[in-house]
Amino acid sequence: MTKDACKQIVLDIIADIAPDEDLSNLKPDVRLRDQMQLDSMDFLDIVMELRKQHGIEVPEADYIHLASLDSCADYLTPKFEALGK
Amino acid sequence: MSFKPARIVITGIGLTAPNGNSLSEFRQNLLAGVAGVEPFDVRYMGRLIAGVCHYDPLRYQTRKGLRVGTRAGSISIYCAHEALKDSGLAFDSVPKDRVGIYLGCTEHGNVETENEIYAISKFNYDTKYWSHYHNPRTVANNPAGEISLALGITGPAYTIGAACAAGNVGLIHAAQMLRLGEVDLAFCGGVSESIHTFGIFAGFKSQGALATHADPKKASRPFDKGRNGIVVSEGGCIYTLERLDDALARGAKIYGEIAGYCVNSDASDYVLPNPGRQAECVRKALVNAKLAAADIHIVNTHATATPQGDIQECEAIRAVFGAGCPETNINNTKSYIGHCMGAAGALELAGNLPSFDDLVVHPTINVDDLDPLCAIDGLVLNQPRKVAKVEAILNNSFGMLGINSTLIVKRFVA
Repeated sequence: MTKDACKQIVLDIIADIAPDEDLSNLKPDVRLRDQMQLDSMDFLDIVMELRKQHGIEVPEADYIHLASLDSCADYLTPKFEALGK
Repeated sequence: MSFKPARIVITGIGLTAPNGNSLSEFRQNLLAGVAGVEPFDVRYMGRLIAGVCHYDPLRYQTRKGLRVGTRAGSISIYCAHEALKDSGLAFDSVPKDRVGIYLGCTEHGNVETENEIYAISKFNYDTKYWSHYHNPRTVANNPAGEISLALGITGPAYTIGAACAAGNVGLIHAAQMLRLGEVDLAFCGGVSESIHTFGIFAGFKSQGALATHADPKKASRPFDKGRNGIVVSEGGCIYTLERLDDALARGAKIYGEIAGYCVNSDASDYVLPNPGRQAECVRKALVNAKLAAADIHIVNTHATATPQGDIQECEAIRAVFGAGCPETNINNTKSYIGHCMGAAGALELAGNLPSFDDLVVHPTINVDDLDPLCAIDGLVLNQPRKVAKVEAILNNSFGMLGINSTLIVKRFVA
């Protein structure tokens, strides 16, 4: 699993959660919340979809790592790899 | 000192029914005999029939709003926006804390709970897959709350649980709140998302009260000898109500005036109607409206096409109306749209209100073989009836646990 592939997985989830948003210009190093309308329930959606679709658990203490696409990739890629993906 | 309640008038209507997404479309189809029942797949039960609404949810909601909210919330938002548009109110200048939202619901939350149980069944019923949206979706005030969020209304916004009498009760409650001076403008009526829960279909089937027919459009047939139960439908109808002085001051179009009402209880059975209490409800509403039975020109019946329920309502109507009421016409709207549950009373009233202007009474359709036990005087069957006058419309809506509601609307005369 490359970090780019991991980012794409997160982007696909966000596209479902925020279907009205244009995601084409999202900056990977900027907090998602600063670039689009995402509230705390939306972040819980990301956590839920990672769990449902990919079997990945994100403990509450680690939610901070889901702030930007880059931080998502840094945090989630090893988890995907640990699952053999 | 006697209390003189303010006169309350209807100034806007927004609706979605299985056969129309605006009052004009709905009315046109009621006069043309166009039913709105269709085949519908129900979880665990397969292909059944239902009344399905085909409004455009994206007219007033984002795709995210639709994903997060409920079907009842979406129907409510659509109807509230349509009612607001129809009212001609300059909403930007309306103090939002003086606006109330009062919506009748038969039930709420079953759809979302069933969906979540189905979703976690795919994960061996592990509740960590249960949605964090479950609680805001299933709280009983959800449909009213979704309107308050959509329109920025900060006054009271809640639902009123009154089984299938709820649509009428939403209007009645709003009139009371306006008279008490609690609010200056009310969005009120009823809403239902019931077709998206298998439980309501399964429940009526177990009760022997779920309609079947080879032709879905013929399935809902109150008063017909061959009737065999209820067609479950979704829908919504929301009115703007105002005190007459406020409506006149802004030059509002007025559909009609709330003349009187009654809500009472059978206190006799969970599901079986009580004709004596129904008749009492109608009589009390007439007294409240200061009208005689003969002053009513249209009675919209609640009849749902259950074998027993229709007969009992006819018994109640016969006890109040009859030979002394030659100008009273009696019809039924469920024959077109099935039973829209919490929205039923509000929708059925709306379908009849244009009669004040066009002097036509829409019929009960699908009556091929009138049940003699339902053969009450004044029934309008299968063809619209042109009448000499329509001064007052009486709308019956009854529900389980023995709740009865009667609402009378009269032509507005200054």
